[in-house]
Amino acid sequence: MVRFVAAAIGFVSIAAAAVASAEPPVGAAACSGCHPASTRVTSPVPRLAGRDSAAIVKAMQDFRSGARAGTVMDRIAKGFTDEEIRAIAAWYATQK
Amino acid sequence: MKSSRREFLKLGVTASVGAALFPARASAQSTAARVVVVGGGFAGASCARALRQADPRIVVTLVEPNPTFTACPFSNAVIVGLRELRAQQFTYERVAADGIVISRTTATGVDPQARSVTLADGTRLPYDRLVLAPGIEIRWNALPGYDQAAAAQMPHAWQAGEQTLLLRRQLEAMDDGGLVVISAPANPFRCPPGPYERASLIANFLKTKKPKSKLIVLDAKDAFSKQRLFQQAWSELYPGLLEWVPLSKGGSVTSVDPATRTLVTDFGRHQAKVANVIPPQKAGRIADVAGVTDRTGWCPIDPATFESKLQPGVHVIGDAAIAGAMPKSAFAANSQAKSCAAAIARLLTGATPSTPKLINTCYSLVAPDYGISVAGVYQPSGGQIAEVPGSGGVSPADAPRATRAAEAVLAEAWFRTITDEVFG
Repeated sequence: MVRFVAAAIGFVSIAAAAVASAEPPVGAAACSGCHPASTRVTSPVPRLAGRDSAAIVKAMQDFRSGARAGTVMDRIAKGFTDEEIRAIAAWYATQK
Repeated sequence: MKSSRREFLKLGVTASVGAALFPARASAQSTAARVVVVGGGFAGASCARALRQADPRIVVTLVEPNPTFTACPFSNAVIVGLRELRAQQFTYERVAADGIVISRTTATGVDPQARSVTLADGTRLPYDRLVLAPGIEIRWNALPGYDQAAAAQMPHAWQAGEQTLLLRRQLEAMDDGGLVVISAPANPFRCPPGPYERASLIANFLKTKKPKSKLIVLDAKDAFSKQRLFQQAWSELYPGLLEWVPLSKGGSVTSVDPATRTLVTDFGRHQAKVANVIPPQKAGRIADVAGVTDRTGWCPIDPATFESKLQPGVHVIGDAAIAGAMPKSAFAANSQAKSCAAAIARLLTGATPSTPKLINTCYSLVAPDYGISVAGVYQPSGGQIAEVPGSGGVSPADAPRATRAAEAVLAEAWFRTITDEVFG
């Protein structure tokens, strides 16, 4: 019985982790229209997958405040809250 | 991401305890959920792939009669010879490689009660959720005189392909000193800045190749997308060559005569050597057949799930949808497609869809090395898709030429990236 419960709990945590990583947070899916998901694409716009999440958060906050000049990112960053930015950055950091 | 998902599936199948803990997911496993997507453009192909990515258990069928997709963004560059049509063309091999069934035929009917789509050969495809991404259809004869036959004389070139090449051949064949006229429609229509990008690039072509010629844009509107930027560039680059006539100055075309390539307004007649009529439009035909269009000819949708307000179980994305503040653009279609796929993946397991955040980014070329952009962030608000307050906007009005050149480079990168995501 103890083993059965342990297995069930193990399953729950694995399942929760799998679901959480599979589904991008709100707003994240839209980025790949410009930020290439694939390494095949040549673009001045950087890939986000695998980037340091703190660096993504800093870039977004700087675009939003005007501390960093952007072409379109200054206008797009203003549409996201700190919480959304942190979630998107954390998710991209775990992608390959 | 994918490997952890597979682990989860393996566990889900072997551990019976999992079924008890996740009844909704377990039932979705025993009979695989079926989603049919009609239309293989930016919206439909994106959605089909995003559905497989969201949940590989979903059986996705993409109904699309054409073996090759011809993209509209950058097709204005094809018209003026800056680009070849084949650079606009993509096949569905990689889409199929994602495990999507491609049904190379036309959807002719939808039964929302029975939840099935009828194909041209009479086959019925059952679905749990249907996604319609039919793009636009021309409203033939909405502009008196402009029917299918007229389009062979006065091309619209608003669905890329043979029409794009026809307009190109007409411009190439025109003698120097000819009059080119573009007729731009009232809102809403596919690609709001498109007529003005086209006017810019045709002006650039004339200035370079046929400098005694003139271009008139007859507009059914008094305002348009990126207007200040376009007009600033026109006075800088094409003075005396390009004339824009707004609605209030008699720009609205009331009828056309294809035999003489004449465009008639309340204020006069313009006999053109080359006439490009961008006609009024509506949602692609299957939307009407499915009963998801309202009297505007477009499709009202729920702003969070893109589910039709008229037919439950049917979602509409891309140009055909009434997407509030979002323009009818390829990027908007791609963004909507991914949000719609995420919502459907949740709905199929009995979960509540999250509130999406959508983006549009859209570049226009005013000259080959002069780009301008509009960007926006959107979310559901008051039952509509609304712009997030304080976000979005167009390129700065007083930017140096280096910024315009950089945006022209970014425009091409945009095209490579989005077409790779959708078709690559």
